Amino acid sequence: MEIGMLPISASKRGKLLAAGYTTLHSIARTSPTHLARDIEVSESEALEILNVATRTSTLDRSCGSNTNIIDGGQTAWDMFNEERFSSLITTSCVDLDNILGGGINCKEVTEIGGVPGIGKTQIGIQLAVNVQIPLEYGGLGGKAIYIDTEGSFMVERVLQIAEACIEDMSEYSHHFHKDNQAYGVKMHPNSILENIFYFRVCSYTEQIALVNYLDKFVTEHKDVKIIIIDSVTFHFRQDFDDMALRTRLLGEMSLKLMKLARNFCLAVVMLNQVTTKHIEGSFQLTLALGDSWSHSCTNRIILYWNGNERHAYIDKSPSLKSASAPYSVTSRGIRNSTSSSKRIKMV
Amino acid sequence: MANKLINQMALPKSIANIFAARNIITAKDALSLTEFELMELLDVGMAEVTSAMAHISEVVCPPCQTALLLMEQRVRNESLAGHLPTRLKGLDEALCGGIPFGVLTELVGPPGIGKTQFCLKLSLLASLPVNCGGLDGRVIYIDVESKFSSKRLIEIGTKSFPEIFHKKGMAQEMAGRIRILRPTSLSEFAESLQRIKVSLLQQQVKLLIVDSMAALVLGEHDCGASRQQALGWHVSFIKSLAEFSRIPIVLTNQVRSHIGDESLMYSFQAQSRPTKEDNPVTFDSHLVAALGINWAHAVTIRLVLESRSGQRFIKLAKSPMSPPLAFPFNITSSGIVLLDDDGIEMKGPEINTIHCQVKREKLDFGLLVHFSNLFSFTYSKLQPIQ
Repeated sequence: MEIGMLPISASKRGKLLAAGYTTLHSIARTSPTHLARDIEVSESEALEILNVATRTSTLDRSCGSNTNIIDGGQTAWDMFNEERFSSLITTSCVDLDNILGGGINCKEVTEIGGVPGIGKTQIGIQLAVNVQIPLEYGGLGGKAIYIDTEGSFMVERVLQIAEACIEDMSEYSHHFHKDNQAYGVKMHPNSILENIFYFRVCSYTEQIALVNYLDKFVTEHKDVKIIIIDSVTFHFRQDFDDMALRTRLLGEMSLKLMKLARNFCLAVVMLNQVTTKHIEGSFQLTLALGDSWSHSCTNRIILYWNGNERHAYIDKSPSLKSASAPYSVTSRGIRNSTSSSKRIKMV
Repeated sequence: MANKLINQMALPKSIANIFAARNIITAKDALSLTEFELMELLDVGMAEVTSAMAHISEVVCPPCQTALLLMEQRVRNESLAGHLPTRLKGLDEALCGGIPFGVLTELVGPPGIGKTQFCLKLSLLASLPVNCGGLDGRVIYIDVESKFSSKRLIEIGTKSFPEIFHKKGMAQEMAGRIRILRPTSLSEFAESLQRIKVSLLQQQVKLLIVDSMAALVLGEHDCGASRQQALGWHVSFIKSLAEFSRIPIVLTNQVRSHIGDESLMYSFQAQSRPTKEDNPVTFDSHLVAALGINWAHAVTIRLVLESRSGQRFIKLAKSPMSPPLAFPFNITSSGIVLLDDDGIEMKGPEINTIHCQVKREKLDFGLLVHFSNLFSFTYSKLQPIQ
């Protein structure tokens, strides 16, 4: 029944059915006063129902028209044009940027997972700094939101990475604009720190509340271009007896984050932990939070040790090839791997 | 925060009443349901649910700070911007000042390597007055295995800070600031933490040491999933304690032998796994830290103490702000002493491995350590003075 599609409360739905309104078309034909009388609600509520009904039915009605344009959708060609100019956030490691198609994509949700100590927080902090690289240096000039659930955000490290980033930028400008003194980098590490909005979350309730609140926050701070959640797993891993509830809550949270990414054109990066899983007779490492969660993100990158080198592997992406690239964590942040055989392995 | 009452959140009266009628009293109750479920339960439209949840979320949401604000606060309010110097120059430099406040620092290593010695020195350092580089505060030492030796503590104090300890009454004052608790189970431990939470928040206690966390958890009779859950709860609690009170918390961990020949891999790595080389089983390989991978994620700094060919090393296995360095050290009458302040940089996952090759040796203060094989060991120490 079409009435079932309306986002109204169950009792109102019941009253509509009892009064004989089974299709949207039948509601759309009546006036608010008639409707109010028939189903015994106030006029304002009847008006509300009518508005909802007409909104839903315009989607249906236009399907049959000649112009073939459905409200609220986008053609693939428009999306392609948009994506060509979409913004990318560099990770400061050339190999990693290459397998990512240039960097972390805005408008998408990327999940990065790995064992403790592999560099997840390091990549998170590096991205929070790199998003602030000004436009004239090829960056986005945006701000960052860092949601810390584990307390691993160390301000000293952010300062180190920020200072190194500014040094790199001034070296770049020195090389390319030797004649023009005015290109000196005017940024100060403190201003980089000031543009990172930090939230410390202590329970899953706060985490969900924060994700709900981000809609309003980002509307007020339109220059936020990346949201990093470090880590999305920690609070959901303990004291959850009802796994089905956990899956539902995680699903809703990831939908909200995807909506945020799309609507405000920003990147959402979620850091995840690992767990062991029994597959095909042996224990293997896999990212935490279960199988349903692995569907929730657009891109999935796994960080792992390959011999003595750190590597990143694209585990899941609709547009990127499965590949792995080496990177290293230095005192200046994430950088290219120092080994001589830096080849990107296509899997 | 999560337990805030909905009727105190200034929601419009009608919706607040509906929430109460359906027994959704705290914010946690509301946020533990998806919006669709709420719509069904409360019998209101989606738009109303969304706006009510947006309001509740805004109230419950943690406050926003900037990284700059955090740094300025720490520089202003805390000694050395939030670090407890260990007096080991190389280690302090690598850790940007010392053991950081507000996070968990773990010491893991085989028995007899020096974890308790390190903890004794740290508790002394925290009790020293500020002009001597200490925190001038109380220390709570949770001693699960009865390893605390007050005689050894005084000895370390007199040898390391002779000018302070030879003053009359100073030894008593310093030692008097260290309180030792001996819980015998996890629940007792949680209870003691609740009790001292108040004094922690009142800024009197400046350091909390748990020696050892592994003994506390592994001593519980039930095992498997419930033990993991219990550990998970306690870890969250200790972490939140560390953050609210902004003190350093140091925990020690044991090692266990790793059953299985190879480290775990991801499914995509299985294809490129090299053929299994013959790895001769040696007496010193395959030790891993106890308490599991959740615990490894939960601690912020992990210091691995190990011994290779008779030389002891302290390694920065996990630290967000330091390179992977290993410092050789010895234990003397004044505690732990680094032999090299520059440290050796370790490549790759080598920084996480724990070795235990100890030659039979007699150390300065009479500790006799010998290992017969990987799975059983005996050692004797000076008995703690009761």
